[in-house]
Amino acid sequence: MSTVAAERTLSERVAEIARDVIGPAAADVDAKARFPHEAFAALKEIGAMSALVPVEEGGWGASLAEVGRATEELGRYCASTAMIFAMHQIQAACLVRHGRSPVFADLRRRLVEEQLLLASATTELGIGGDVRTSSCAVETVGDRYRLEKNAPVISYALHADAIFVTARATPDSPPSDQVLTVCLKEDLQLEPTSEWDTLGFRGTCSPGFVLRSEGPLTHVLDDPYGDMSARTMLPVSHSLWGHVWLGIADAAVETARRFVRKAARSKPGTTPPGALRLVEVVTQHQQLAELVHGAAARFDSVADDDDVLTSVGFAIAMNNVKLSASTLVIDIVTKSLLVVGIAGYREDGPFAMGRLVRDAYGGALMVNNDRIAGNTAQLLLVHKD
Amino acid sequence: MSDTSTIVRTVLEEHGRLAVPVTGLDDATDLYAAGLTSHASVNVMLALEDAFDVEFPERLLKKATFGSLGAIVEAVDEIRVDA
Repeated sequence: MSTVAAERTLSERVAEIARDVIGPAAADVDAKARFPHEAFAALKEIGAMSALVPVEEGGWGASLAEVGRATEELGRYCASTAMIFAMHQIQAACLVRHGRSPVFADLRRRLVEEQLLLASATTELGIGGDVRTSSCAVETVGDRYRLEKNAPVISYALHADAIFVTARATPDSPPSDQVLTVCLKEDLQLEPTSEWDTLGFRGTCSPGFVLRSEGPLTHVLDDPYGDMSARTMLPVSHSLWGHVWLGIADAAVETARRFVRKAARSKPGTTPPGALRLVEVVTQHQQLAELVHGAAARFDSVADDDDVLTSVGFAIAMNNVKLSASTLVIDIVTKSLLVVGIAGYREDGPFAMGRLVRDAYGGALMVNNDRIAGNTAQLLLVHKD
Repeated sequence: MSDTSTIVRTVLEEHGRLAVPVTGLDDATDLYAAGLTSHASVNVMLALEDAFDVEFPERLLKKATFGSLGAIVEAVDEIRVDA
């Protein structure tokens, strides 16, 4: 690595790739609901897949705030790419923070050297989208695991090098006693059960599968899933997803600002009608940016403090980030569309906003806000602070 | 007089709301002393962006950029070279 390259941050390098490589392909990724291959080829070139792996293990050793900024840059140009990147980093965070055995150290080495793409299968058919319960279970056969899961969605499953799968710890375990198993591509069979033809996030390629996997028992992560969920999955997911939505909002606001500037230029002296509404949009955008950046910084500041991470207050705060951010982005994008008007409603031209609008609505639905609100409502019954 | 300078003078005459005619000003005259307000300078900038099909970058959005005809011409030429 040259000195100049080493001095540039992860997010600066990702921003450049987003502008030069990912943006130009985004419309095609969306139209064809195809995996953004060019995006990940370029991100792997700079080692972005191992962003969270410590420097001493060959990664970037990036903070969640820095990975968040990179995610936001991606979201400005292609929300699907940003979402895949975020979901990968969530699994990578689990591997970094919870994979203590030599087997997982070796997987981190592969993550650095081969820039593996990590996916996850958490939701399951018949459990109503509650990722904290499973019906499938890890069966033990000698020193090997075997599991089968009917998953209604697995994002970019066919493009991943490994899928992190939740399941009950044993066939006798209750639904909430879960473990996370790292199913490597070579240990996996995926039988498609549905298509992925959606309004937004089309490039995440997330159809349903019956997933079957068999491999060494050492690929089951030691920590109970409930623990990993509180300490890593929940805060990292909500922070990084928030940055995806912030990226979408960035793009919408930028489009609205460009439009108002153009209108102002053609008639100096008259404030264009959209300018006042732009104030509203920019105000909400600042709320979203502060909220999401703050969430990542908050996690970084307590990343090693298990007492805080597993506290009720922290879980509520992270749930709130998800609820606020996923609704703010819809507000920001739809108000930006009002500013831009028909030029944004068009599917062609420099102000087209259709993809931003469609992507923006995804946030509130993926891990449905009503489910999260229900979880928070329960937590609030015991929360005293 | 350069093309840029001619257009800048036209824009300033139209949007600058100066207390004196632009024709009487030389390139170094202090425009703020000649009656340019910050509100009018925004309109001058917008009109210049339209006339030259450029965008003033954040770093040029300061009082000094619109301090004199010469300063404005210099800024516009600089943006057009960058574009």
